[in-house]
Amino acid sequence: MTDEKYILRIENIKKAFGTNEVLTGVSINVKKGETVCFIGPSGTGKSTLLRCINQLTIPDSGKIFLNDEEVTHAGPRINYFRQKIGMVFQNFFLFDHLTAVRNVEIALLKVKKMSPKEAREKAMYELKQVGMANWAEHYPAELSGGQAQRVSIARALAMDPEIMLFDEPTSALDPELTREVLEVMKKLVIDGMTMLVVTHEMGFACSVANKICFMEHGQIKEQGSPAELLNNPEFERCKAFIGEFREYSQ
Amino acid sequence: MALSILIDWFPYLFSGIVLTLGLVASALIIGVGIGLPMALGQVYGSLAIRTLISIYVWFFRGLPVLVLLFLFYFGIFPALKLDLPAFYVGAVVLGLWGAAYQSQVFRGAIQSISEGQMTAARSLGMSRFQAIKSIILPQAMRIALPGWSNQYPEILTESSICYAIGVAELLTRSSQIVSQTYVTMPIYMACAIIFILLSYAGTSGIHFIEKKIAIPGFGPGEA
Amino acid sequence: MDQITFILDVMLPAFSNGLLMTLTLIAITAPIGFLLGVAIACGRVYGGKGLSWLMQLYTIFFRGCPLLLLLFILYFGLPSVGIIFTPFVASVLGFIFCNSAYNSEYVRGAILSVKEGQLIAAKALGMTKGQAILNIVLPQALRRSIPGISNEFIYLIKYSSLAYMITLVELTGASKLIATKYFAYNETFFAVAIVYLALVTVTTFGANALEKKYAVPG
Repeated sequence: MTDEKYILRIENIKKAFGTNEVLTGVSINVKKGETVCFIGPSGTGKSTLLRCINQLTIPDSGKIFLNDEEVTHAGPRINYFRQKIGMVFQNFFLFDHLTAVRNVEIALLKVKKMSPKEAREKAMYELKQVGMANWAEHYPAELSGGQAQRVSIARALAMDPEIMLFDEPTSALDPELTREVLEVMKKLVIDGMTMLVVTHEMGFACSVANKICFMEHGQIKEQGSPAELLNNPEFERCKAFIGEFREYSQ
Repeated sequence: MALSILIDWFPYLFSGIVLTLGLVASALIIGVGIGLPMALGQVYGSLAIRTLISIYVWFFRGLPVLVLLFLFYFGIFPALKLDLPAFYVGAVVLGLWGAAYQSQVFRGAIQSISEGQMTAARSLGMSRFQAIKSIILPQAMRIALPGWSNQYPEILTESSICYAIGVAELLTRSSQIVSQTYVTMPIYMACAIIFILLSYAGTSGIHFIEKKIAIPGFGPGEA
Repeated sequence: MDQITFILDVMLPAFSNGLLMTLTLIAITAPIGFLLGVAIACGRVYGGKGLSWLMQLYTIFFRGCPLLLLLFILYFGLPSVGIIFTPFVASVLGFIFCNSAYNSEYVRGAILSVKEGQLIAAKALGMTKGQAILNIVLPQALRRSIPGISNEFIYLIKYSSLAYMITLVELTGASKLIATKYFAYNETFFAVAIVYLALVTVTTFGANALEKKYAVPG
């Protein structure tokens, strides 16, 4: 029965910005070690859903549980959950005034209250994991997009999160740089990290995801294993969407 | 009671406002009259001219207005046998001082005009002088306007330092009313509010002009 | 009295005392004016409606009111409502109000220029809003405010001369007193001008060095 236990449960999340209903009731459960990819046209609430999970965006209704603890309505305790939920952004959002290693260690120092020595060791370890140890003393402006994104992954991993959220992590990158970031992410999948990934990289989604969710109009219209979704999409729009990607990749 | 005193003395205070605005106006006019040629000298002049102007700017920007007023009112003008009334000394000193600041605004604006403008003008057969006058300056002045107008509130507040040489401007007259009536805070606060209102009125007026002369797609007026 | 003895026996001691007072005024005012400016800027950006409005009123008043008038209010005006300051305290207070109001404008602009993603990323790592502002936003904003704040520091050097107008004998006051006493206006005021120019020039170099030291690529 233990394998039936969900690490993350999302129950009927709704969110509107003004009159624009971005999420119209999304529910999904994620098991430990699973990788779930969200695909679909832009503006269908994929990023908003991720931001609701760590409450960077507060949903209007619905509940989110991490290990059966409620994340929604957590009040100040949200910062405890945010340490357990790593997040990687499309535009990296590295702290511009800090070197790569300082970017990784700042939350260890200020949030986890580690000693400077401990924090530095941990930060260097994480940078090594993403192949950025040699760039530790460089500032964000001195890094390529792919390098910056790998540092931001290290920054999130340093907090020892239980799940990782990736919000279009390669959308701002050239194909060449995209590959180095996807390599790092694949390694995380192999290491057993639980991951929720919003992406347009169908190749990546098909090769690593346990489950792919197709979203449109603020809802998950269809979900299933890559094989199910690619070979036998029931939903017409999903078929068209995947078809477009197939044409591109040929 | 304070209000009735304010009303009684308002005509007196009002002529102080007129003198204050006179100081500001002359500072701005002298500022453009000297500051603009200085800016041109700093961009297009010979090394000697550039050095001379830089020293001028360094001198006037590095000194307190109070020291400049003392220096000119008690020192330089008497030494030159110029017996000017305090108002004119104040106006000249604020003008010379303002020119140092304004020249840097104009210089920055002139330098921001791309090389291509000068090249294009020369290729049409314009002389250097014609190109500066008809092509560079009309553009530079529009760019300089916001920076130049930022000088207004600063000159306005600095003009009050002319109190120190006895110019009967707004602050001086307010102080005189205080010592005549022994009504202190209401008079001073009224004086402060008048200064703040003058500052706002002037700044809004300049913004209005900026919008009027803005050229589509050109300069800060557009953004 | 010849020039040399005038300079050595009259000017030098008077100027040293005056300069000491000027530097004391600056040394007390500048750090407080800086910190208060940062606090006011934070209040305007992050405070509630009431606080933000109050801080805006503060900046409008102290930037719009001429400093000399402010000193008059503090020194000549407040005694009428029972508050009495020494010239020194009145000067320090006046300078702090003025300096902090101007500084807050620079810091506020810099805070607003920090990209929103910086705050979002900090929150995603589990930082509280306070931690994020202190560790992420302000370090970036303050770097960008260095030119503006140094500029205000230079203004402070020059504005400190106004303390003389409420009878505090600092550098300008010292020069005015001996200029009048010895009827040596040009010599004395040019000499004091050199001292101010030296102060301002050294500060300018220091500010540039500071800006370079804290420069971050990009």
